[in-house]
Amino acid sequence: MDLIWEGIREAIRLLGSFDREVVAVTLLTFKVSGLATLISILIGVPLGTFLGLKAFRGRGIWVGLVNMGMGLPPVIVGLLVSIMLWRNGPFGALGLIYTPAAMVIAQAVIASPIVTGLSMAAVQQVDPRLRLQITALGASGWQYFWLLLREARLSLLAAIIAGFGGVISEIGASQMVGGNIKGYTRVLTTAIAMEVSRGHFGLAIALSIILLLLAYGVAYGLTVIQQRGRAPVRQDYRLRMRRNTEVDHGPSLERETSAGFPSYRT
Amino acid sequence: MRSEKPVKRRALALFTLILVSVLVASMLSGCGGKKEETPTSGGAGQSDTAASGTEKAEPKEGETAGTSAEGKTEPEVKEVILATTTSTMDTGLLDVLIPEFEKETGYVVKPIGVGTGQALEMGKRGEADVLLVHAPAAEKEMVESGYAINRKLVMHNDFIIVGPPGDPAGTKGKSASDALKAIAEKQALFVSRGDDSGTHKKEKDLWKAASIQPSGKWYQETGLGMGQTLNVASEKSGYTLTDRGTYLALKKNLSLEVLVEGDPRLLNIYHVMQVNPEKWPKVNAKGAEAFVDFMVSEKTQKIISEFGMAEYGSPLFFPDAGKSEEDLGA
Repeated sequence: MDLIWEGIREAIRLLGSFDREVVAVTLLTFKVSGLATLISILIGVPLGTFLGLKAFRGRGIWVGLVNMGMGLPPVIVGLLVSIMLWRNGPFGALGLIYTPAAMVIAQAVIASPIVTGLSMAAVQQVDPRLRLQITALGASGWQYFWLLLREARLSLLAAIIAGFGGVISEIGASQMVGGNIKGYTRVLTTAIAMEVSRGHFGLAIALSIILLLLAYGVAYGLTVIQQRGRAPVRQDYRLRMRRNTEVDHGPSLERETSAGFPSYRT
Repeated sequence: MRSEKPVKRRALALFTLILVSVLVASMLSGCGGKKEETPTSGGAGQSDTAASGTEKAEPKEGETAGTSAEGKTEPEVKEVILATTTSTMDTGLLDVLIPEFEKETGYVVKPIGVGTGQALEMGKRGEADVLLVHAPAAEKEMVESGYAINRKLVMHNDFIIVGPPGDPAGTKGKSASDALKAIAEKQALFVSRGDDSGTHKKEKDLWKAASIQPSGKWYQETGLGMGQTLNVASEKSGYTLTDRGTYLALKKNLSLEVLVEGDPRLLNIYHVMQVNPEKWPKVNAKGAEAFVDFMVSEKTQKIISEFGMAEYGSPLFFPDAGKSEEDLGA
């Protein structure tokens, strides 16, 4: 128990004194995982939408692959990316092994299936009759895509939060492709593992607390965005609830049609 | 109303797009400073070396070096990958030595702390430039088969057998072989690294010398580093073989005692060696050579001899540059 107290005290001391090394490690963690998540969004959201809505031969195989990929062990990703990036490997000439860029690549590989899979589920949850209506109202391809994403935004943000959570907590791949080099590729998870093996349990707990705070901070930020997107809709509800005493099931087609399309306005 | 909607939607889309691109840009520029540096020296420089051997590539590499920040007499290829054992990392010795080396020479060392097995394999595959390891038999093999050159004795510490304070197998004061025999006879729990590290290799040699094939419930392999294996042994009240440095560094959290020490078989000898650039042209031969020279230099040897004195009251490593293994009695 005293170890945990020691850890909490150490965490407060490190945070309070803005320990330069800890700040650098924390920033790198945020940058690497954030960038990897952004890449996974750029890949995952369009791909998930495509897989979720388009019918084509062999779709089941791809969907299955994505769903399996959501649980892809980071250690395997780390091994494969290492082999690819080793200087005598196929992409060795890029000189990326043991750099933050290599960690971004590995983490993007881990996060992409998560974001793809959850995006797919998100767009499939949108009422098919609403999709029909959007088309019927003459939306162009991009408008259709955009409206769909707006309709599924709550679940999409959940997908992004899950993707970020997956990579910021991952250690196997970062350790392998980054090498845990002090001041260069050391992130919070690899630093924690190292401090444990050095027997510095207090420091390890302190770093864990910082990692949890960082994860919470980002998740909270995304949650604020998620809920802010909701607020105007809720006002609409209240207005309409007063008007026709409807039960609140979230933005359903019935209400959209009864109130007309304008509920998409923000 | 209808005419107003698409405009608003488009504005929102545009806003999101700008927000995302600003985020991406800020992140890229944040990582960029370091990222750009490595690919130029690692990528362009190394492929030059690959194409034309070591001497001819100078002008081009000079350019890449010139563009990077400091601008003094900088090495051509700055990045040196050092594959080393967890023990040199976990004790913190490299945290002291590497900044010193970087300051002196301008190289940037990337220390990769792995088990000796993986470190040697990285060397064999040309994925490291220089190795600092402690498995003499396997190292000699690497030199003989031409994978490594310029192997030099750096330092030693010693292995010890530690166990629970009660010493249920009665190993205290015995020789290494006799102690292992006693443990096997009593079927007292023995926790092994089981990871093909230098320590694990040493342990297997010791079992062989005691002519025992350890197996059964009393013999458990963790597959973890030395620090974590010590924790496991401590929690389970088992015996284990450890290097003295890691044990001293972790001692305050362990309920383990030193039971067997001083046996010449228990010496833990560290050598530094270069990966042979003739086998792997991409290797940074000059950087590796500089690191080897640095490790056996008088100044470094002095740092090694003093390392750990302040914190643990006794040195963790004993400098041995210029000696041979025979001098150490191993």
